[in-house]
Order: sequence, then C-alpha cells, then structure tokens
Amino acid sequence: MTAGHSGVGSTFVPRKRRGAELYLLVLALLVGVSSYALVGLGRDGQVPTDIVQYGGFLVAAGAVCHAVVRFRAPYADPVLLPAVIALNGIGLAMIRRIDLASNTSYASQQLVWAGLSVAGFVVTLLVVRDHRGLQAYTYTLGFVGVMLLLLPLVPGLGVSINGARIWIRLGGLSFQPGEIAKICLAIFFAGYLVVKRDALALAGRRFLGIDLPRGRDLGPILSMWVVSLGVLVLQRDLGSSLLFFGLFVVLLYVATERPSWLVVGGLLFGGGAYFSYLLFGHVQTRVNGWLDPFSDPDSYGQIIQGQYSLAWGGILGRGWGEGSPYLTPYAWSDFIGTSLGEELGLTGLMAIIVIYGIIIERGLRTSLVCRDPFGKLLAVGLSVALAVQVFVVLGGVTRLIPLTGLTTPFLSYGGSSLIANWIMVALLLRVSDRSRRPPPDLTPPSAADDTAVVKMR
Amino acid sequence: MNRQIRTLAVGCFVLFALLLINVNYVQVFQAGDLNDRNTNKRARDAECSRERGPIMVGDETIVRSDPSNDSLKFLRTYTDPALYAPVTGYFSCTYGTSGIENSQNSVLSGSDERLFVSRVIDMVGNEQPKGGSVLLTLDPKAQRAALDGLEALPGDTRGAAVAIDPETGAILAMVSTPTYDPNELAAHDLDAVTRAWERLTSEGGDTRFLNRAAQEIYPPGSTFKLVVAAAALSNGYSPNSRVKGGTALDLPQTPLTLRNENNGNCGGAEITLTRALAISCNVAFGDLGLTLGAETLQEQAELFGFNEDYLDEIPIADSVFPSDIDEPQTAFSSIGQFDVAATPLQMAMVTAGIANDGAVMRPYLVQEVRTPDAELLEEADPEVLQQAISSSVADDLTQMMVEVVENGTGGQARIDGIAVAGKTGTANSSPDQPPYAWMVTFAPADDPQVAVAVMIEQTGVPRDQITGGGLAGPIAADIMRAVIGR
Repeated sequence: MTAGHSGVGSTFVPRKRRGAELYLLVLALLVGVSSYALVGLGRDGQVPTDIVQYGGFLVAAGAVCHAVVRFRAPYADPVLLPAVIALNGIGLAMIRRIDLASNTSYASQQLVWAGLSVAGFVVTLLVVRDHRGLQAYTYTLGFVGVMLLLLPLVPGLGVSINGARIWIRLGGLSFQPGEIAKICLAIFFAGYLVVKRDALALAGRRFLGIDLPRGRDLGPILSMWVVSLGVLVLQRDLGSSLLFFGLFVVLLYVATERPSWLVVGGLLFGGGAYFSYLLFGHVQTRVNGWLDPFSDPDSYGQIIQGQYSLAWGGILGRGWGEGSPYLTPYAWSDFIGTSLGEELGLTGLMAIIVIYGIIIERGLRTSLVCRDPFGKLLAVGLSVALAVQVFVVLGGVTRLIPLTGLTTPFLSYGGSSLIANWIMVALLLRVSDRSRRPPPDLTPPSAADDTAVVKMR
Repeated sequence: MNRQIRTLAVGCFVLFALLLINVNYVQVFQAGDLNDRNTNKRARDAECSRERGPIMVGDETIVRSDPSNDSLKFLRTYTDPALYAPVTGYFSCTYGTSGIENSQNSVLSGSDERLFVSRVIDMVGNEQPKGGSVLLTLDPKAQRAALDGLEALPGDTRGAAVAIDPETGAILAMVSTPTYDPNELAAHDLDAVTRAWERLTSEGGDTRFLNRAAQEIYPPGSTFKLVVAAAALSNGYSPNSRVKGGTALDLPQTPLTLRNENNGNCGGAEITLTRALAISCNVAFGDLGLTLGAETLQEQAELFGFNEDYLDEIPIADSVFPSDIDEPQTAFSSIGQFDVAATPLQMAMVTAGIANDGAVMRPYLVQEVRTPDAELLEEADPEVLQQAISSSVADDLTQMMVEVVENGTGGQARIDGIAVAGKTGTANSSPDQPPYAWMVTFAPADDPQVAVAVMIEQTGVPRDQITGGGLAGPIAADIMRAVIGR
C-alpha cells in the first residue's frame, strides 16, 4: 500500500453532509412518486388510487434509511442512498406499469421485497458497526458463499427457471441464493487477498514486458476459474459466472498491484468463453442472437422486441404508460432497461445509466479514501460487482454484448437481487462512514485535564 | 492500491461510456430502420390507428380511412379493390404495405417532413396527426375498359394492360389479372387477415399479388419488331427499302433456320420494310437484325428503356435485351424471342415513344400530393427519359404502324373514324405453354393521346386460336376509345 495516503488523505476534511443527503433524498422520492403518478395518468388518465399507500411506503422507507444513516453512519457518503432510492422508485413504477398492461401483480410483491430490502439495509448498518469486524469471518463467509451457490443443485430444493438452475423454492417463495453468495464472496475475496497479497505479488518470469506470477501462485485464480465454469455448466448461468470470475480477477489485480493478473484472468476468461461457445448450445444461442437477431426472429424474439422497444422510445420516449413495453418478454425483470428506454426515451435511459455510474463512482471513491486494505478491497469488490452487473445486463438488453441473465440492480423485479443489492449499499455506506470519519483523538486524557478549573483551548 | 483503483475507475468509465454510446446508436441512428421493419408491431399499430390520407383517381376516392370503433381507430377501405389493387397495393397492420401505399407511405401516414407544420398544429390542438392525399394519374374509364376487356376473355385469364399518355408519360391505365382484394388484408380481425394472407400467398405462389403489367417480364414477340424497325430506319433504311422475304432464313454458325409463323411465306423473295412489319415477317426482321448487328439492336432497345429501372412509385422488373450474343441469338432476339423480355409497361413505352416524335417520357403514377388541408405539396413534372429515335423516323414508323392496323395483322384494333397505329405479337415461350398474345397501339395516329400495351399470358382459348391481334387487339381498342372519348 505504497500510495495509500497520497493526495486525498491529506486534504480530506471530514464532513457529515447529512443535510445534502436529505435534500437529494427528497428529489429522489419526488422522482419515484411522480413516476408512479404518471403511470396512472398515462394509462388511465388519472392518478392511481393507491398512490397514497405507495408514496407513503417510499417516503417512510427513505425516512427510515436516512435516520439510520444519520445516527449510525453519520459520515457515510451522502449520494449513495438517494441514488438507490430513485432507482428503486423508478423500477417500482415500471413494474406497476407492466402489471397494468398484462394483469399481473409483480409490483405489490416487489413492494414487499423492497420493504424487506430496507430492513436488510437497516439491520446491516446496525449489526456491522465496523466493516473490519467482517474480516474475522473471511473463511466462514467463503464457505457460506459456495454453499449458497451450490444450494440450487440440491434435488427437491432447487428449481430450474428458463433453463437456469439458480433458484430454490421454500414454501411458496422462490429465492436466488446466488445473489447473497455475491456479497459473501466479495467479503471472502477481500479478506483472503488482504492476507495473501504479498505472496501473490511475487513476480515469476517476465514475458513480453509483463511480470507473470509464479506458477505455484496460480492456484487460487485457477480454482476460481473452475468454480465459475462450474456455475456456467451446472447452473447454466452465464451472467453470474462472469460476475464471480471478473470480481475475483479485479480484486486480485488491486490487491497485488500487478497488471499481469488481468492478463492471466483475461486469457482464462477468453479461453473459457471460447470453449463454452463451442460446447454449449445455450451460449451459442446467446452469441448468435447478439450478432444477428433478425436471422431467426422466432428464437431471438426477445432481443428483437427489446430493440424495437428502444427504437420506439427514440430520443424523448413515449412517456409513462404511453408505449408498449409489455410486448417484450420479461419487460418487468431482465428487460426493464429497454422498457424504460421506450417510455423515458434515450434521455431517461441515459439518466439511469448515469445514476448507476454515480453509485459506482462513489463506491470507488469510498475505496480510495478508506484507510485499511480490507475496507479498500471490500469497497472495490462491492462497486465492481455492481458495475459488472449493470454493464452485463444493460449491455445485453441493448445488444452491446450477448445477452446474459442478470438482474438490473434496484430496478428489475426480483426479491433476492433487490435485498442483496441493498445490503451491498449498506456495506458500502459502512466502509464510507469509517473512512470519512475524522481520525480519533489519540492523545490520552491526562490527569492535568481533569483537575483544571478552566479549560484552556 | 490507489493507482489500481483509479485504473479500475477509468475501466468502469469506459464500460459506461460504451453503454451510453450504444443506446444513442440504437435509439437515434438505428431507430428509423427498426421502426420500418415489418415485424415491428409498435410502429405498425401506431400507423394503423392514425388517419391515413386518401388515394384518389380523377375526383374519385379509391382508398380511404374510415373511422372504426375498435382499438385501431381507422379502417383502411378500398372502394374498387379489384380494379386498382395492382397499383395501390395493400395496407395491412400485420403484413406491412405494398405498391403506392408503400412508396407514398410518408405522405399518406403523415410522417413526411413536408407535413411537419401540420403535424405540429395537430399536436398543439391535441388532434391525431392526419396523412396527406395522393392523386394518381390513372383514368378511371381507361382502367375499367382494360379490366373489363381482360375479364371478358373466357376462363381464368392471366394478363395485363397498360395505357400511357405519350406526351407526358402519365400512366392512364395499369391492370393485371388475376388480382386480389386489399380490404381482406386491411381488416382488423387479425385471424381473418392471417387466413386471407395464407390463402393469397398459397394460391399458386404470389401470382395474385404480382402486378403483371410492371413486375413480370415476358418475351415481347413480334411487338419487338418495332424496336428493330426503329433501328433500321435510324440506320439508312426507309419504309420502302427492300428487305428479305420468303419462308425461311438460314442462320449462320448453326444448322438452324428461322421460319415464319405457321411456316408461311412473306410474299416474294424481297418485300418492302412497311410490308414486312404489316404482315410481321420473321424472315425479314431476323435478316434485318443480323445486318444491323446485336450492338445496334441493344443500343436501340436501351434508348427505349430496356435494361433500366425508371419507375420508383411501384416496384418494377427491368426489361431485358441481352448483351454479348452470337448471330443466331441476334436473329431470334430480333423477333422478340431468345432472352429478350419486356414488361407490358415497357412495350407501352416503346409505343408511346414512337407516338411522341421519338421522345420516351419517364412514366409516372402520382399526379399530385397534397397536405391534409388540400394544399399542393408536389405535382408531377413530365420528363424525357430518352430521345429514342428522331422525329422523322418516328413519323415513318407511325405510317408503317398505321399500315399494320389498316392492311395487316392488327385489324382488330381499328376505331371508326380514327387512324390507329399498332403492332401485334404472338410470342412462343415453351412448347408446353400457350403463346403470349400481345398488342401495342396508339391513337389518333396524327395527334397521339394514348399509347397502349395489352398482354395475355394465359386464357381459356384453344391454343391454335391465340393471336395477338385477335385476343389483345379489341381490348387495346376499347382502352383507346375510353381515353379519346369515342
């Protein structure tokens, strides 16, 4: 950590900025509630009757989160929470909009999930008083993470939905344990690499100007590669596979400060991707649908509809409730990005992408100012996990890259994903609170102070 | 680690920049193409629920949008579907558009840039944008005469007829049989539309959708002798020049001989060019083609519009005169056989060019385009496509064509009191198929008002009774009468 305290640390003046957060929060709530009202206006010409309950919930959620942050993480970044609330509100409005068109009730379920997510957020901030405490559970969480990943493969418990075996069903409730595994693994990677980074940073042979790692150090990255391929083969989950491997490689790079890990990781990824393409039909389908969806409209109908949806939205969009996003299959979950592109237009979709950009930028900034290596790696891991998700899913539905099944953080329907992403933000806020807090006054209280009659300051 | 984190931040920035660039690309640059795709239900539904402008012929509305009480708001209605379908095409919410409905879509749907002002006014007044109107050049009487003539033939007739105003190139009639009813495809009952589509497309392929007048090429047979005669007159021949007659022409390089229809004799070893055209002497024109050479023939054919696409208002097939052909092929090409093939529209243009002192006008179907408020946006501007022959050659050829109708094979196209110029054609396609019967005419010969081409591909007449003059001649005469008013 040679450059650890350069620049930022020396000029950084700790400020709480809770007022700024509150102001941004009001704006975010305004976006969410007015989106919901506009859905009703656009569809039926009147404000929805349940706007009071819905708006009340959103305001209450915002207020609770803000209060917990104000009292339990007073120095936390002021932008993250409002950005997340805004996205969640927009997502709820769009899910509600699709519900109205196709007679489903995802929005009310999502509202319950949002409530649980806020609870998860609050509990995380209350229980995790200092992120460094998590380091003690490095291997426990690593084990839990792998177990959660494997859970859907247990017969009788796991279910296959749309070909991907990443769900478990308990009672009437289905859940994606992989979403929670994401957090566990991010903590595990951070804790593990903090300890091992010196050994992994030792250079081996030099090749083409790059210091390659020693052969014996390749173990961890190779095993992570195998796990990712396992997720791909056994669960047919392209997105998660990419996410886990990418996360590990990026953290390895940051921890060891060696770009050669990116090269090794890139080569492993490229090889894995190529062989998956050759071996697995579902990977081929995704790639072909990306290259030329119009060659087979029956197979690639979803991606084609997504493209039509975006085109129909144009620059300014059709307006809430005025487009036909429901024509796209899974318009409320995987393809919520194109649904928003249709009704809010290029303008709205770009705004949403920029909000994600801001969240990730604040996450990486948190990592920059963080003083302990574990916190740094944790914040990088959480931010990169969000960035990869956003890029992979939005890039997929807009046909920038092949389509893979990942949820759009905070926007799309799905309980596990929503809860997991809210917990990730809670952890980021915790790291950020610790990092931005003024260093504790280390001068021990002297006896003289206690007896002084007049405090000389 | 901070340097790596900063590098990572740059990496994330690049990824997000890619996302932003990509959505700009899709939603701005690709949007038009994506919205134009036939399977795009969003764009199609929006177009379907808009008040589309009418298509007019004369002062008659032949296609209009009637208010309907279902979710699509307007129903496209074709008032005389069989008569105009080959030109108007169809407008279907499921299967897209064709013909004029397709080529004039921007005006009819109201999305044309020139309608921008009226669109803004509609938007401000909270009214649905309306489409502009399109007036066609078609003459309802000529159109009716053409269709009635083809339908009066016995059996299921496949044929086409085209009439052109020689002076402007305006298409006065364009019919094709069999035809179809676009109302079936414009209906809002989607299941019924699907059934209609499947029925129309399965019944012998797409033959009902095919506009035989412009979209299909046929061997023009003896009507092509007009092009050869034009080339001859332009290269030193006169109507009285002596050309080879007799019963057969020995073809160089092969044992083949070129014979007259029914192995007849053209009347003497040498006859005049006028006589050769009047009795449609194959031997004379085969020999003439060999003398003139393939290149001269190709040049002349191309001056009349062969090997060229000159109409963008509806899809057309290019008429063909082959290049790089040997002498026997040249001889057969000279009588409109071998690989020579033309649309009825093309043969009408050859005739109209001769009628218009040698100037072939670019054909067109749209006379006027107006805004929803009947303000003129665009009016047809007649344009010379090519000067195919000189005025004096055109005069000579006209006299020769009058002779065809007065004393030759084209007697059936006569009109009392008016001099008609014409040429018949009976083109063999293959031994198992009946010959194509052709007739091209224009009238009055001294002041041409209309040029006509009629082609009958197949009809319920015994094979040995099929002749161009006999089948197509009376129809051509009816169409000319409808235009001239006799």
